[in-house]
Amino acid sequence: MSEYLLKAVDISKAFVGVQALDAVSLDIRPGEIHCLAGENGCGKSTLIKIISGVYQQDAGYIEFNGKRFTRITPLEAIAMGIQVIYQDFSIFPNLTVMENLAFNTELAAGRRLVNKRRMRTVAEEALSKINFDIELDRLVGSLSVAEKQMVAICRALMFDAKLIIMDEPTTALTRKEVRALFEIILKLKEQGIAILFVSHKLNEVFEISERFTIFRSGKHIVSGNTSELDDRKFSYYMTGREFDAEPFRPRYEGGECVLEVENLAIEGAFEDVSFRLCRGEILGITGLLDSGRSELALALFGLRRSTGGRILVKGKEIAMGSPRDAIEAGIGYVPEDRLSEGLFLPRSIADNIVISEIDRLTGALSVLDFRRYRQEVEDWVRALSIATPDPENACSTLSGGNQQRVVLAKWLACKPDVLVLNGPTVGVDIGSKHDIHRILQRLANEGMAVIIISDDLPEVLQNCSHLLIMKDGRIVARPDPGSTDENTVLSHML
Amino acid sequence: MKKKFRKLISRTEFYIALVFLALCLLIQLRSGQFFTPNNIVDILSALVVPGIFAVGAFMVIISGGFDVSFPALASLTSFVTTKVLLDAGWQGGVWLPFLIALVLGALLGAFNGLFIGYFELPAMIVTLGSSSFFKGLMQGALNSKQLAVIPVGMRSFGTSALFVAKNVESGLTSRMPTTFLVLAGVLLVTWFLLNRTMFGRGIYAIGGNPVSAHRAGFNVRRTRFLLLVYVGMISALAGLCRVCMMQQMHPTNMLGMEMNVIAGVVLGGTAIIGGAGTLFGCMLGTGLIVLVENSMILIGIPTVWKDAFVGALIVIGTGISAFQVNRARRAGLRNVRKGAAL
Repeated sequence: MSEYLLKAVDISKAFVGVQALDAVSLDIRPGEIHCLAGENGCGKSTLIKIISGVYQQDAGYIEFNGKRFTRITPLEAIAMGIQVIYQDFSIFPNLTVMENLAFNTELAAGRRLVNKRRMRTVAEEALSKINFDIELDRLVGSLSVAEKQMVAICRALMFDAKLIIMDEPTTALTRKEVRALFEIILKLKEQGIAILFVSHKLNEVFEISERFTIFRSGKHIVSGNTSELDDRKFSYYMTGREFDAEPFRPRYEGGECVLEVENLAIEGAFEDVSFRLCRGEILGITGLLDSGRSELALALFGLRRSTGGRILVKGKEIAMGSPRDAIEAGIGYVPEDRLSEGLFLPRSIADNIVISEIDRLTGALSVLDFRRYRQEVEDWVRALSIATPDPENACSTLSGGNQQRVVLAKWLACKPDVLVLNGPTVGVDIGSKHDIHRILQRLANEGMAVIIISDDLPEVLQNCSHLLIMKDGRIVARPDPGSTDENTVLSHML
Repeated sequence: MKKKFRKLISRTEFYIALVFLALCLLIQLRSGQFFTPNNIVDILSALVVPGIFAVGAFMVIISGGFDVSFPALASLTSFVTTKVLLDAGWQGGVWLPFLIALVLGALLGAFNGLFIGYFELPAMIVTLGSSSFFKGLMQGALNSKQLAVIPVGMRSFGTSALFVAKNVESGLTSRMPTTFLVLAGVLLVTWFLLNRTMFGRGIYAIGGNPVSAHRAGFNVRRTRFLLLVYVGMISALAGLCRVCMMQQMHPTNMLGMEMNVIAGVVLGGTAIIGGAGTLFGCMLGTGLIVLVENSMILIGIPTVWKDAFVGALIVIGTGISAFQVNRARRAGLRNVRKGAAL
């Protein structure tokens, strides 16, 4: 028996000219929890697909249990005990738990007829491996995300698995469910099963893994013991940049007051919210999910009608009935769920950037002036360093961080006086997060008034000049972000 | 017991059955003619052809696509079968026409299956095209005309009856056609395929999630191909039954049936996105449409209103299905949001 269960050596893979993996290596010891980390598009998924036989590498080889392979088919991978739990779990929502669990073994055994009794036995056996208790006749579509994941894990365990690869397993789980998942992972480890845990979330990497490997743009950056890793190093390995978490210092002088909110209320969501915002300031609004912070954001942009109080922009009261009113008053809004509310994903990056200022780019007869259109797009792609070979590509081709920049560009193109951002860096990788923070600080220093609504405490503490803490629909504290800490803020929130 | 009841009332078939029963009772109340032996036999007889078609359409919808070519396929196969046997002067039994129709149906089904299964094109697009192609082949290349006479074996099969039902009061009689056995056979075989073979479970699995099905080890391409071959065969059977029952071959008579058949299937609780539905529900939905088409006259609604009623039924029934899909999706989204919040 060799020291390593799996060794992937010098694996390269290119897709139509793009080098997805460039001579990367990965090794996993039997029964260890190994974390493979890297930002979106770094080649993690490609490597998983090569190990599980879905793709074939262009160069390099894989050693499993000391046996060397230059190519693996999906069936061979399963036979050797490699199981992948994909992000979508590869389940059938329209079928029962029993069928979901039993299909793979039935098919692997080459069965042609259905035998319910045998399938039931198989399914019960699968559940017993991690003592997961669930009704076998329930439709999988009616289960919670965590339960679906458990079904997928049980199914993976049926093939005498030696290595289970989990692709971003915690994405849609609540904190409690993540905890339960980690317990299962530790239990599997006790049974001698190695886990390859793919993630880009820092805290998870630290919490669960013994060893780690980090990829960056298709290259192997580092492998080692997690105990030797810290925040700073992790960020550096992931992005290749050092981040100096510099707190925001307002530099814009003589900022007039642009936004005044007086006793604003929406019945059942929040009440009595008042604040003033001047040019050059960044106001942070934080609170738990039910604190009313999101409703406040929607009210500021006219997406929800307020039931009391008033909003003044540059001293003039605005009847905020629709987003159009807000835009005309000079307020821009970057929504929480950029995928459904902020972007037209199938349309080009260029179209998305200019969509809200399209009226200004027309020439005679209201026909679009293409020279100005291209110039405008080019300017924004450069200003926000949106990583794309061609702005005519669909927005869906971008990573989360870059999509968020497109949303930003779209609003900045309208030159708003006030920019409201709801959860600006949710689901964005470290590097982009840092960049977005820098962009926001720069905008403020150029004279824009910015509101960041977020429950990411380091984010608001680091980037805001003022802070409002909401709880149960009311403002409960207004600490100075420079002289307070996360625990104090948290105690106000809870 | 309570749990079983709750499970029962959560199923679409339950409501379709209720509507079905309510309609039967309404017709009975208004006319007193519904629950008479001859009326019931008449309806069952009218169910044969749409029923067999519905089974085929149902299976394709379960796999996640729509087949709209079955009327054209049935017309072409039954025309060729009838024509060839007439020209050859076949005087024997009905087994040969059925054999020819099955082979032709399998071939045309394979044509669909090749594009849908192996070239992975959407079933709706392929069958829209093949529907035109089959029609064109029949009317152009084969220069189809109405065949007023059909081979003797087919004629006697079409007129033969399992039994004759008589309404004692009115004295009216209705014959239960032997072709009903074809429907029964198709239902039996299909039920077995769908529920007792891995091929059938594969159809459900593919309808649920084709990528997962592939990863689980189903041969997705072959399953889709064989499915379309099978559907071609049973559609050809339906076509031949129609010709036998009508005692003549009318090339365009079946064309246009696809919409009502598919509507019946969806009405019976089959999910339009695929993966969910039962044969029982499929038959209930089809039965409902046949019922409305045949019994409006019994409650004094003129036949000219038939289309309006069938249309309304389709809009409401399929609308409920679409509404459920939307609600499920929204509920799913809410769960994700809730999950992310904690």
